[in-house]
Amino acid sequence: MNLNILYFARVKELINLSGEELIVPAEVDTIVKLKVYLAQRGGVWTELFNGKQLIRAAVNQTLVSDNATIKKEDEVAFFPPVTGG
Amino acid sequence: MTVKVQAENFDLAQEMALLTDDDKSVGAVVSFVGLVRDLHAGEKIQSLILEHYPGMTEKALESIEYEAKSRWQLRQCMIIHRIGQLKPQDQIVLVLVSSAHRSEAFKACEFIMDYLKTQAPFWKKEITEKGERWVDARLSDDEAHARWQ
Repeated sequence: MNLNILYFARVKELINLSGEELIVPAEVDTIVKLKVYLAQRGGVWTELFNGKQLIRAAVNQTLVSDNATIKKEDEVAFFPPVTGG
Repeated sequence: MTVKVQAENFDLAQEMALLTDDDKSVGAVVSFVGLVRDLHAGEKIQSLILEHYPGMTEKALESIEYEAKSRWQLRQCMIIHRIGQLKPQDQIVLVLVSSAHRSEAFKACEFIMDYLKTQAPFWKKEITEKGERWVDARLSDDEAHARWQ
C-alpha cells in the first residue's frame, strides 16, 4: 500500500529527507511495523527506528501511539518529542 | 476560538482587545507570554529556530482549545505561536483566556500551555557559540501534562 511519509526536525536532518511517497507491503499496517520496516534500510535509519530512540508518530496529523494502525494513502509523520512553547 | 502560527511578533494589548471585543460577560482575562531565554544548559543562546508541522500544528492547537473549553466555562481562547528565527527576549508564544470569573481562566491558561508543550508539533533548534543543537524534550513538561489526565 502507498503511504505519504513526512519527517521533521532532528529526524529530517539525520536522514536528509523531509518526506517520501512509499509503497510498503500490506502487512506493514501499524506504526511499530512501519518503524521496523524503515529500520531495515540500515545506517542512520536503523539508529532512528530500531526502537531505542523515542520517535513520535502522527497519522493524518493526529498524534498516535506505536500500536496505531495505518492504511493506504495515510499521511504518516515521524519526529522527535515536541519542544514548542 | 483563534489559533495563529506566524513569524511576525504579536501585541498583547491588541490581541486582548480583539479577544474581549465588547463582550460584557467577561470578568477575567488571563494571559501567558513565553519569551526566548538567553541561556540554556549553561550555553549562551544566540538565536532559536522554530520548526513546525504545517496543518497538524493548527489542528493540535485547535483541539487543545476545544478541550479547555469543554473542561471550564470559558468565553474565548486565543493561542499565537511564532515560528522561524527568534532571538533572546523575543516573544514566542501567547495564550489568552477569558471567562466570567478568574478561577476558570487561570486553570485553562495553564492547561493550554501544558498541553501545547507536549502535544503541539513544534521543535526548537538553538544556535549557540558552539554551533547548532536541537532542544531535548523535558520530563517536567510530560509530568505537567500528566496531572491534567
